[in-house]
Amino acid sequence: MAALMRSRLPSLLPSLPLSQNFSTTNSLQHIIKLTRLRVVDNSMLGNQSVVAGKPPRCIHVYNKTGVGRVGDKVLVAIMGQKKRAFIVGVKQRARPNKPRFDSNNIVLVEDNGAPTGTRIRVPVPSDMRAMEGDVTKILALATKFA
Amino acid sequence: MADKLATLGFRSFLSHQFLKRSVAAVSCRYANTLSNETVEKHRTSTLAHDKEQKEEKKISAPAPPGLKHVHPEFLPNPTFYRRDRIKEKLERQDMYRRRAVCPIPEFYVGSIMAVTLADPYASGKTNRFVGICIQRASYGLRANFTLRNVVDNQGLEIRYDMYSPLIQKVEVLRLEKRLDDELFYLRDAPAEFSTVPFNLEAVSHPPGAPVPVNTTKVKLGPRPWHERWERRNLRGVQDLGLPEKFYEKAKKVAKPWEEYDLMLKYRTSINPQETDEVMDEVAEGFREIERKRRREKLEKS
Repeated sequence: MAALMRSRLPSLLPSLPLSQNFSTTNSLQHIIKLTRLRVVDNSMLGNQSVVAGKPPRCIHVYNKTGVGRVGDKVLVAIMGQKKRAFIVGVKQRARPNKPRFDSNNIVLVEDNGAPTGTRIRVPVPSDMRAMEGDVTKILALATKFA
Repeated sequence: MADKLATLGFRSFLSHQFLKRSVAAVSCRYANTLSNETVEKHRTSTLAHDKEQKEEKKISAPAPPGLKHVHPEFLPNPTFYRRDRIKEKLERQDMYRRRAVCPIPEFYVGSIMAVTLADPYASGKTNRFVGICIQRASYGLRANFTLRNVVDNQGLEIRYDMYSPLIQKVEVLRLEKRLDDELFYLRDAPAEFSTVPFNLEAVSHPPGAPVPVNTTKVKLGPRPWHERWERRNLRGVQDLGLPEKFYEKAKKVAKPWEEYDLMLKYRTSINPQETDEVMDEVAEGFREIERKRRREKLEKS
């Protein structure tokens, strides 16, 4: 298909390979649909995805902006299943005194809000303790706060 | 003659265009403020009914020569449309007041630091974070620094505002410099280069001794990286091991003439005379803090 297009549109597509025709500048690091995430709890499913080298993908963000922040709920596709999860750390530029993580971390939860794992293996932002609602259930699993 | 006129006309057209563009760029953001020149003219005018009364503050001794490198945040922002003499002075006074309450020791990019922050949700109401300083930025009361550490294989960075009232204590555990001004490349390096234990004990630095430079050469991990580090002239990084075409491209986009661009230097820095004036005032401010501290100590005893 690409070869066909190239033969028809020689002026639009120069001799560069297709992958070099679009810009790849550093992104805003937003968590949006199809963002790859990292499971940081000790759930079986999370471990399986790490071993298989198939990190989960965000397929929906449960807020009005569509951009996931710390404490937001997301729907993820993990190992062929749909699971809900809470964001517990983002790569995005943070405000002063708030941690910025090197990866977009999530903790898996069941549909009733109970966490799937029993422990979170990395530090969790300290200001999550001010939050209300179902997020408080996963804070009990945190080992460290940053 | 015609040639001369043409050149003149062309030049005036160019400068007019330049002015229009630069004024537009400034006025979008600062449409509701007076320009610094206008305010300054009013302050110094003989006709103004509320003429500024200058107080000549006595400076007992000039500042030590290296003070501007130790406390660079006291220098005003060199961006011309952000300048305001009075605002800068008021900010510096607030900074002395904050420093009298919470001392901020000398530190540089590359120093290992610990910051204790007020945190209403933490047990004990404080949160302590230890890390290597990877950036120092901004001017005046907005000055900030960023600490980086790797905890449980998780890279973490926290940016602190130096003069935030939430900061309870700033400790410098290892006073040292690195070969670069910013260490953002640690994000692309293995975890061992940015890991600092939280129970690291402070090593005191003898006052007056030169600050040691840590000449560690960091070995970066494989690409993709956060930035094209081959274009950054980094000194604290080992050979990047890239194909030749990357360096050729870096050479093509490099701007080696910028270090000889006197106007660029003039626009992006504070001139030496003004720096000296500010730093003399800062040294006097620090002496005042020290006097105040001694007085309080005496009163207590």
